[in-house]
Amino acid sequence: MYARIYVLRFPKDSSQRPFTYELIKKFDIEANILKADILPHREGMMVLELRGNKNSVKEGLDYLRSFDVEVERLAAEVRRDEKICFQCGSCTGVCPSGALYIRREDMAVLFDPEKCTGCMLCVTLCPVRAMDISLGKKEHATKT
Amino acid sequence: MAKTYEEINAKIKAGEAVVVTAEEMVDIVQTNGPEKAAENVDVVTTGTFAPMCSSGAFINTGQMLPTIKTSRVWINKVPAYAGLAAVDAFLGVTEPCEDDPLNKIYPGEFKYGGGHVIEDLLRGEEVLIEAKAYGTDCYKARKMKKIIGLKDLPYALLCNPRNGYQNYNCAINVTEKTVYTYMGMLKGKCQNANYCSAGELSPLLNDPYYRTIGLGTRIFLGGGIGYVTWHGTQHNPGVDRADNGVPRRPSGTLMVQGDLKQMTADWLRGVSLLGYGNSLAVGLGIPIPILDAEMAAYTGVSDKNLYTRVIDYGNDYTNGVARDYGEVSYAQLKSGSIVVEDREVQTAPLSSMTKAREIAEILKKWIVDKQFLISKPTTTLPI
Repeated sequence: MYARIYVLRFPKDSSQRPFTYELIKKFDIEANILKADILPHREGMMVLELRGNKNSVKEGLDYLRSFDVEVERLAAEVRRDEKICFQCGSCTGVCPSGALYIRREDMAVLFDPEKCTGCMLCVTLCPVRAMDISLGKKEHATKT
Repeated sequence: MAKTYEEINAKIKAGEAVVVTAEEMVDIVQTNGPEKAAENVDVVTTGTFAPMCSSGAFINTGQMLPTIKTSRVWINKVPAYAGLAAVDAFLGVTEPCEDDPLNKIYPGEFKYGGGHVIEDLLRGEEVLIEAKAYGTDCYKARKMKKIIGLKDLPYALLCNPRNGYQNYNCAINVTEKTVYTYMGMLKGKCQNANYCSAGELSPLLNDPYYRTIGLGTRIFLGGGIGYVTWHGTQHNPGVDRADNGVPRRPSGTLMVQGDLKQMTADWLRGVSLLGYGNSLAVGLGIPIPILDAEMAAYTGVSDKNLYTRVIDYGNDYTNGVARDYGEVSYAQLKSGSIVVEDREVQTAPLSSMTKAREIAEILKKWIVDKQFLISKPTTTLPI
């Protein structure tokens, strides 16, 4: 399962289109709205988590771009500081993608960065702040 | 055949004692039965590593000239209680840093508190001690400010009035809204369940009637050696128990203490519980002497036979509503999901099993290496 979070910025004239519906119907993508700020005839912004086949996600994003929707990947990389983490496991209760999980045989708490969607729920939830996040490449580029 | 504390210690000194962890004991008792297990095993080691909010340290900050009777004390801006003699103070681990926004920005992050001060001291870092005083004829100074590390503090005693809870609730939230509790973040409509016990490795679950644990029991505490010094606050042995004697809900507690200077930052960790506050994760391990078959049976208890109740922390807990959503075993909790009102709910622990196991192994090694003798309690905990 390919899962990523994107910030989408809609221009005024396309903010009325039912993009979420189209992504689901046309591209078979699971779309989870994490944040949305869209008013009629105004520019809109949405934080959307997309899950599905890697190619269909790519095609879906290209489709959005064809309507001048600005697509920006959010929070690319989450790392776990192994020296800080004491494997309590509380993060596994909130991680929506299963990137933080427990190996049942020995109850070790493991992190699979491949599965991480960068939702950041674990970052402030971790009692010892072992999860560290660095922002996506695009975001870095706009800042520098 | 019963064994005495003296006989077990003689075996430890001779390097002949058989020491196993409480997890290893499960199989031993199941395979051989408690009688045979009691003949073969001398000591069972337990362990737990989780946030334990009722913890803190008595610190003597040292004098200055002119002398001072500190009446208000801050360590790294975290207030400590100073209503004691001249330069004594008690630093509680749930005390947040004085300028913390708390839950004004909800849910609060509680980045630094008393627990973090203790961890910083153990890491060898220097802390800023500030104090105010009203001044007396014998203690003229009104202010004190010093930067000092643990090794230069005249005295530091870890003193935890309530640790090692014997069993604890499994927390859910049946309201509509997410809540942030000391049992972690609980999503509304019972979407997750959190629990906090090492189960079959947990000290008091292996000695349900406190036969071998009491005043003076020598223990692993924060990576060093500590002692059980009293029953803890809210010690409540009279609750409903299963056939194996183990309480089905929160029950016994321990007051423990030990010299902070011989402890380590690996086993005392400052924690920040989102939306709740600060605390300290405490490493605690208790050796249980296998005096007879009864103690072997107690320590052979497995997660399958340890139960706790499911409690709503969205409404019931804070409003004192005596209601539960059923009983679950630790084996079920550790499987990753439980069933609450016919619905599968994902579970997550707050207590580290890998660290609990490590503590039980360290304690085992100390005993096998003849560095640690077991002690007979002067008096056992109230039952």
